[in-house]
Amino acid sequence: MNEKTSLNKQDARQEAAVLPPVDVIEDATGITLYADLPGVPKDKLNLRVEADTLTIEGEVGLATPEGLQASHAEVQVPRYRRVFTLSKELDAEKIAAELANGVLKLRIPKAEHAQPRKIAIKVS
Amino acid sequence: MIYRSLFPRDVFAEMDRLQREMAQAYDMSPSIRGFGRGGYPALNVGGTPQSVEIYAFAPGLDPARIEVNLDRGVLTIEGQREPDLPKSDEKTALHINERFTGRFRRVVSLPDDVDPSAVSAEYRDGVLHLSVKRRESAQPRRIEVK
Repeated sequence: MNEKTSLNKQDARQEAAVLPPVDVIEDATGITLYADLPGVPKDKLNLRVEADTLTIEGEVGLATPEGLQASHAEVQVPRYRRVFTLSKELDAEKIAAELANGVLKLRIPKAEHAQPRKIAIKVS
Repeated sequence: MIYRSLFPRDVFAEMDRLQREMAQAYDMSPSIRGFGRGGYPALNVGGTPQSVEIYAFAPGLDPARIEVNLDRGVLTIEGQREPDLPKSDEKTALHINERFTGRFRRVVSLPDDVDPSAVSAEYRDGVLHLSVKRRESAQPRRIEVK
């Protein structure tokens, strides 16, 4: 799984977004990805897999009182986006996603044929 | 020797230095508590005529374990974030590790006109929203002229 760092023309036209911090852990059966998306409700989270590209996109939905004037803002862009390239041994159709307390957990299993197998060696 | 003249300075070292310089320039903060960007949790602070609103972007916490204290106009948010990572063994590999773990503490000094007894706190979608009411006497009032 690689991260796409180069911006292509399509990305440049999209709205500004911040890169959410992620953890990516790989084990024998697949990859687990955690992404911090504070403020994103379930209905504003957008996960897409197109060919081998995984896009995580979320919009912050904060209920702010009327007439609020910001005096200090560390989160200025209310949108997160991060794009990864999946490698071919990952099974994109079986991705499971969970969103709890602003943390997205994705589980991307490896395709059956890519799972580890012990190969018996015959000694002649 | 020919290489030295082609690459008079290490390009990557130079880029690294530039990046550090930029980061430092952005971190120059007028607050004594060093309000910097990139901390955990990130804070947005704003106000309305009736209240002061603080949003702490603190994903992945147990709301029961967030400590919020207001003492003499100084608001403190502290807690601990447990790592989600499994115990490392031979078969797991940690490829990217950017999320914050460990203890955190952030301090905000509030304006003088807030009422310390009227604070509400709500944790939703990983954002802690604190709303502190301003004192009645400090709120704008229209004075009737007879």
